[in-house]
Amino acid sequence: MRAQINAIFISKWTKAVVFLSCLIPLDVLIWHAFQENLSANPIEFVEHWFGDWTMRFLLITLSITPLRKLLRFPLLIRFRRMLGLFAFFYACLHFSAWIGLDRFFNLRDMLADVLKRRFITVGFAGFVLLIPLAITSTAGWIRRLGGRRWQMLHRAIYITAILGVIHYYWLVKSDERKPLQYAAILAVLLVWRFGIWLYGHTKRAAARPPVSSEPTTAESA
Amino acid sequence: MNVKGSADLTYSDVTPKSAYMNRRNFLFGAVATYGAVRGWKKLSNWMSGPGKGSVPVPLQNVKKWPSSTTERVTPIGDTTTYNNFYEFGTAKDDPVQNAKNFVTSPWTVSVEGEVKKPRKFSMDEIMKLAPLEERIYRHRCVEGWSIVVPWIGYPFNVLANLAEPTSKAKFVAFQSYYDTRQMPLGPQAGIELPYVEGLRLDEAMHPLTLLTVGMYGETLPNQDGAPVRMVIPWKYGFKSIKSLVKIRFVKDQPPTTWNIDNSHEYGFYSNVNPEVDHPRWSQKTERRLGEFFRRPTLMFNGYGDQVASMYAGMDLHKYF
Repeated sequence: MRAQINAIFISKWTKAVVFLSCLIPLDVLIWHAFQENLSANPIEFVEHWFGDWTMRFLLITLSITPLRKLLRFPLLIRFRRMLGLFAFFYACLHFSAWIGLDRFFNLRDMLADVLKRRFITVGFAGFVLLIPLAITSTAGWIRRLGGRRWQMLHRAIYITAILGVIHYYWLVKSDERKPLQYAAILAVLLVWRFGIWLYGHTKRAAARPPVSSEPTTAESA
Repeated sequence: MNVKGSADLTYSDVTPKSAYMNRRNFLFGAVATYGAVRGWKKLSNWMSGPGKGSVPVPLQNVKKWPSSTTERVTPIGDTTTYNNFYEFGTAKDDPVQNAKNFVTSPWTVSVEGEVKKPRKFSMDEIMKLAPLEERIYRHRCVEGWSIVVPWIGYPFNVLANLAEPTSKAKFVAFQSYYDTRQMPLGPQAGIELPYVEGLRLDEAMHPLTLLTVGMYGETLPNQDGAPVRMVIPWKYGFKSIKSLVKIRFVKDQPPTTWNIDNSHEYGFYSNVNPEVDHPRWSQKTERRLGEFFRRPTLMFNGYGDQVASMYAGMDLHKYF
């Protein structure tokens, strides 16, 4: 059973299927548009649609590592980069919808919004933070940066996800259930990582060979 | 020594197998439950059909008000599917679905407080207090969108004068219908319900302030505030309280729902004002539903000639 599942993960067809699945939200939106089914306020609908899917793809990307370990399917890693890039893809569409549709390239107003409206400030910051991650997502960049530094850089996705949740939370008027759902899922994903880190940390500390009895080192330890 | 790499540990050292199997089941269970709930909601909406609630009926003998705006009227399909009516859900397309079973008959509106003749009006009486007028007003939501609606009603002061407010009456407090059996989503709205609103007496008595019983030639659809609501065209939409059941003339400024929720963002007056931004977004422009470009927002929503004098000398940044 596990062998079969792993075979599916390795198959390049699976990658193609995942890729196409990630485009479904865009397809559905285009379908809605052709049906003239984008609500009475299509621009807001499109903006929110892409914003929602950005959040979802960020959370899906962040759940790959826990799922790999909990379900013991290390091969899930094969999809993480693609999912992360789709988060960026939907973030770009969300941002473009705001610039091109909502504000119609009114740069002065947009700049004022970024500086003055804190929910836009944090959303914009989260988006900008994703750009270096998207650029350095290639194998070449991993090599150039070195695995450890690359990993450090890519932990910025935690910040983007947190900023994304805050961006959404600050936008809503009173019904905070949806941003709080995202916040809860994100909290689980981050707390899990923290738990693993803490466990590894204490384990390593415990496993450290006893230091020699020189008083200075003992004190500084 | 590379500590990180020295992983002789397997995950079953960290967590016993039974525990992570439980976790896995929990994870699958949670995902499956969530999917099932969402799917069921969609399906039941689709299956529930036309609903058992009250439906609009055509109104006869409606005069055209001569001062209506000549701007393009927003299509009824937009004004009945894009609603803020939190008693029926907080998404714009929730009320049209969830108000389908809202029964608005029989209905009474109670007029009380600082009046010489407190009394209850049945809906039949309200329909006949004055000749019905069709008034096409601009309607600007605090969220930055706007519509143009052919409301049907008559000035609120007609009803007020019948009750004869005493000299102590300085404000009018309004209250919406609230019943969790008819509005099961109310407790999730995130705002205190029943919905309450208020006006200064002169604002309430202003001839533009409309007691509204219909729109687009018919009685009000449930999601637009059936069977009777207020419309105050120079104020943000949330001041125009829906499904009105109680009108109380009072001495002091009454509490209002959005001000209770966040007094920093929603003031008692809430006059449409492009110069006073919402703390989280600009009010300088608005999107008229059906238009691509945002348009500038007008002071008092374009009704300044009629209403600005009521606020002469007031600091509108302070009394927002």
